[in-house]
Amino acid sequence: MHPVIKTVLGRLAMGVLTLFAVSLIIFSSMELLPGDFGQAVLGQKALPETVAAFRRELGLDQPAIVRYGQWVAAVLQGDLGTSFSGRNASGVDRSREVVDLVLPRLRNTLFLASIAALIAVPLSLLLGVSTALYRNTFYDRSVNMATLTTISFPEFFVAYLLILFLASLYPVFPSLANVDADTLFGERLYRAALPALTLTLVIVAHMMRMTRAAIINLLASPYIQMARLSGASPAEVILKHALPNAWAPIATVIAFNLAYLVVGVVVVEVVFVYPGIGQLMVDAVSMRDIPVVQGCALIFAVTYILLNLIADIIGIVTNPRLLHPR
Amino acid sequence: MTDQPDTYSAVAEVAYKRVRRSRWNRMKLGLSKAPPTAWFGMIVILLYIFCALFAPVLAPYGEAEIFPEAFATWSPEFIFGTDQIGRDILSRMIYGARNTVSIAVATTALAFLIGGTLGLAAAINMGWLDQLLSRLVDVLMAIPSLIFALVLLSIFGSTVTNLILIIAVLDSTRVFRLTRAVSLNVVVMDYVEAARLRGEGLGWIMRREILPNILPPLIAEFGLRFCFVFLTIAALSFLGVGIQPPTADWGSMVRENASLIMFAQYDIKAGLTPLLPAGAIALLTVAVNFVVDWFLQKTSGLRDEQ
Repeated sequence: MHPVIKTVLGRLAMGVLTLFAVSLIIFSSMELLPGDFGQAVLGQKALPETVAAFRRELGLDQPAIVRYGQWVAAVLQGDLGTSFSGRNASGVDRSREVVDLVLPRLRNTLFLASIAALIAVPLSLLLGVSTALYRNTFYDRSVNMATLTTISFPEFFVAYLLILFLASLYPVFPSLANVDADTLFGERLYRAALPALTLTLVIVAHMMRMTRAAIINLLASPYIQMARLSGASPAEVILKHALPNAWAPIATVIAFNLAYLVVGVVVVEVVFVYPGIGQLMVDAVSMRDIPVVQGCALIFAVTYILLNLIADIIGIVTNPRLLHPR
Repeated sequence: MTDQPDTYSAVAEVAYKRVRRSRWNRMKLGLSKAPPTAWFGMIVILLYIFCALFAPVLAPYGEAEIFPEAFATWSPEFIFGTDQIGRDILSRMIYGARNTVSIAVATTALAFLIGGTLGLAAAINMGWLDQLLSRLVDVLMAIPSLIFALVLLSIFGSTVTNLILIIAVLDSTRVFRLTRAVSLNVVVMDYVEAARLRGEGLGWIMRREILPNILPPLIAEFGLRFCFVFLTIAALSFLGVGIQPPTADWGSMVRENASLIMFAQYDIKAGLTPLLPAGAIALLTVAVNFVVDWFLQKTSGLRDEQ
């Protein structure tokens, strides 16, 4: 078998294994709940029969392994269970399906994250490559200093600084990013401007520094020096010699930061009260609404794992040493 | 250099004994060569430690002392005003240094204890233990740690002990990776083999043979890890699922006073109030980063050029 296919298959198998392990961990969060949580969800006044019915509905009278199978089957069919909130002691069930809660918010989050990524990725690649090429100049030093400082800032500090200047002192953008399903695209863009800008600032700093380090590492390798000494033009050195080996680190950098974006949205959504999945998860955590937490965690974790998987595969299929085996 | 004679003499060269500078002297020399950023970082860190240690003396009021006037403006009586239920912001900032920073330090130390010990053990064992732990860490690192922490907090509830344990376990994965990687280079050395043949136990080899040789990267990692832990705890507290009120903590202070920011047009000082705790967090992480940067350059000669 071609070594590329072999490595890719190996990596895919690893990814599936990781997904399995992650699903086990998320599933077991229901197992780890204290025994009387049915009472806690339904309230102190709930009758023992109501609690028993609730436990039966969750399937807690069956062995864990059966429930895990049922849970995975349901998740694969797009059923994430039913929220704990909306239930009460009288047994009247006004709870909602987790999927109905998650889907519209997931769309909002994806919108926000993709805007941030669309600005941040090209910008940071440009900054990273240019600082690597002109390293130790004043430009390089100042960009470095600025990004080191930005990295050290918590996301909410950047967010509130932006609110202070762009929403409070000079009201250019709204400080609350309240969008709903009917909001038009332009309006949506305008309202999501500040959260998107915050995310962009935070990940540009990370991405730019990682790109710079990767390129400098590459340019220092002996074969680049060899190419230079043999008289190749600077453009040729970069495009023909450096770039083929640079795809893997660059893909890793991008995927790492998109994955970071997945986590970054949680805090930023809360600051700007943006109706996304991160805010839903935080609310669910403080109300200990486990099914919703599970659903959100599953979406975040799967996105994160898939992004890393894609980056690794790009790294493998562009690796010149694997592509042209001897 | 100065005590060398002008004319060459073999006797003098043999007699010349190189005296190693004392530890204190070396430290002074190193410090005098530190760049201004490192100095800035060290001074800031010392100030924070000072605030944390002497919080009850420095703070004008108690940590949870409530005054009748909520959201008071900046005045000589309340230097940074009061918060939403009338607690003095300055006092809470100073107590926050104690609570937030000490929780982060405790978490980082615990993460290093777990990750460092297991990493060393894995590197020395190199067999089933290494395989088991490495795969486990791979899985734990496949989930973003903030999300993982949120799931665990929703199960176990938000108490300070849970917070420290959860974040420490999640962060120990990265410590494990680093410790394992750097000690793999050391365990193959002859002196480790010699110690093993001498019949030294696992504990001795870990502490006396390997640990001193991998200390510099671990110390630098301690600084960086502290920043991550500190920012994670601040983020969780900001989200309302970390350190719980009435404990004074910078992350939750930002959230409690956030609404003031919209009054910046009328009173810039009010607008700045929620930024004070956020700025305190940012300043400390910047300072630690500066010091770690300098330390890394000094100990490993690690520079990103060449």
